[in-house]
Amino acid sequence: MPMFLKVAWLVMRKDLTVEVRSREVVYTTIFFAVACVLVFAFALVKEGRPLDDAAAGIMWISVAFAGTLALGRTFERERHSETLRALMLAPTSRPAIYVGKLLGIVLLLLVVEAVLVPLVGLLFHAPVTSQPLELAALLLFGTIGFSAVGTLFAAMLVRARSRDVMLPILLYPITIPVIIAGVRGTAALFEPTPAVDLAQMWMALLAFFDIVFVTLSLWTFEPLMTE
Amino acid sequence: MKRLYLPAVIVAMAMFVAAPFRLMSAPDIEVANATSGVLLSYKIFYYHVPSAMVMFLAAFTSGIASAVFLFKKKPVADRLAAAAAELAVVFGLIVLVTGPLWARKAWGVWWQWDARLTSTLLMWMIFVAYMLVRRYGGPGAEKLSAAMAVFGMANVPFVYVSVNIWRTIHPTTQVIPSLSPGMRGVFWFCVLAFVLLFVLMLAVRAKLEERRADVERLYLLMDEE
Repeated sequence: MPMFLKVAWLVMRKDLTVEVRSREVVYTTIFFAVACVLVFAFALVKEGRPLDDAAAGIMWISVAFAGTLALGRTFERERHSETLRALMLAPTSRPAIYVGKLLGIVLLLLVVEAVLVPLVGLLFHAPVTSQPLELAALLLFGTIGFSAVGTLFAAMLVRARSRDVMLPILLYPITIPVIIAGVRGTAALFEPTPAVDLAQMWMALLAFFDIVFVTLSLWTFEPLMTE
Repeated sequence: MKRLYLPAVIVAMAMFVAAPFRLMSAPDIEVANATSGVLLSYKIFYYHVPSAMVMFLAAFTSGIASAVFLFKKKPVADRLAAAAAELAVVFGLIVLVTGPLWARKAWGVWWQWDARLTSTLLMWMIFVAYMLVRRYGGPGAEKLSAAMAVFGMANVPFVYVSVNIWRTIHPTTQVIPSLSPGMRGVFWFCVLAFVLLFVLMLAVRAKLEERRADVERLYLLMDEE
């Protein structure tokens, strides 16, 4: 088991080192997410007042869009110099590689969310600081669930011809429960009197989703990535 | 198997021809409209529910066959999964057309974000995505689509639970056991007709897929020579 964790840690550290040196994916993804929120702000804020409940939805839509972009870019880099193949040839357990990639994507998206959430709070008058711990937990669980499915499909799509189109087609129908739970839970927290118990129920659903989908991914990563 | 096929097709056709007559003679229960109180007939139910049952049957066939394909690498499982996925889309389309027709009259709206409706729509979308990936995914598309079917199947309970937390207005599964004897016979007749149709179409579609694979292999052999 320590070997498994060590491999996962090394893969994640490799991804983060590459990213810290170029900062390509993180900058482009943040810019994209911000642009996304701005477009929504132009559409949904009328005379200085946003629509009711819009903030939660916009936050999660932006996370999902930015996440798709980040997933695509991260694996494009692996494809470019065939490094994913090298990783797969390494004599280690493949699920460990998956976990490493997943952790890298989750960390990246959390950085993006750190910029995105205050911006949504600012533009849509959302009380993002009223229940910071619950909001952070919802975002963390939601990001893990989204990335768990996304990492698996993006890794498989590296070899596919039309990967840019296929990733959203595969990813969105499957991650709908994450989006529903995230949006509903966040909307409950953004109420004038935050409905914390409701948000916790959605959090539990998200945690359950994470467990099932990470397990399923670990289980299928090996046969799916074998050529 | 082959010898049974043609008689089975004839039986299925006869059942579908007989179904409307049997429906007309079945005793009717009437359901009051939610808002206006106008009594409505229930006939569409005999097509809607069996096609929904067959859709879920097809979806689970495809999901399980995909899992078998992923772990055992048997091409026959992949062909079965592909055939079942297409049928899930076809029967899902019937469900998604007949449902709103009834909903418009019974609930006053075409669509509600109810748990059953949403999970059916999502499942249908997953299998449409399955077909898109298979058609346009290029090399390795079978594996991608197999993963889609496996994940899609695991996804449905989550959609159901998450939407169910709001509210549900769709008639529950309690409707079927509570049918009057006259209706129950007709209902199960229709279910049987749909299941038979599904099995026949599945067999012929899987066979077609096998032929396609054969042709592809022959082309590859020709290229090598």
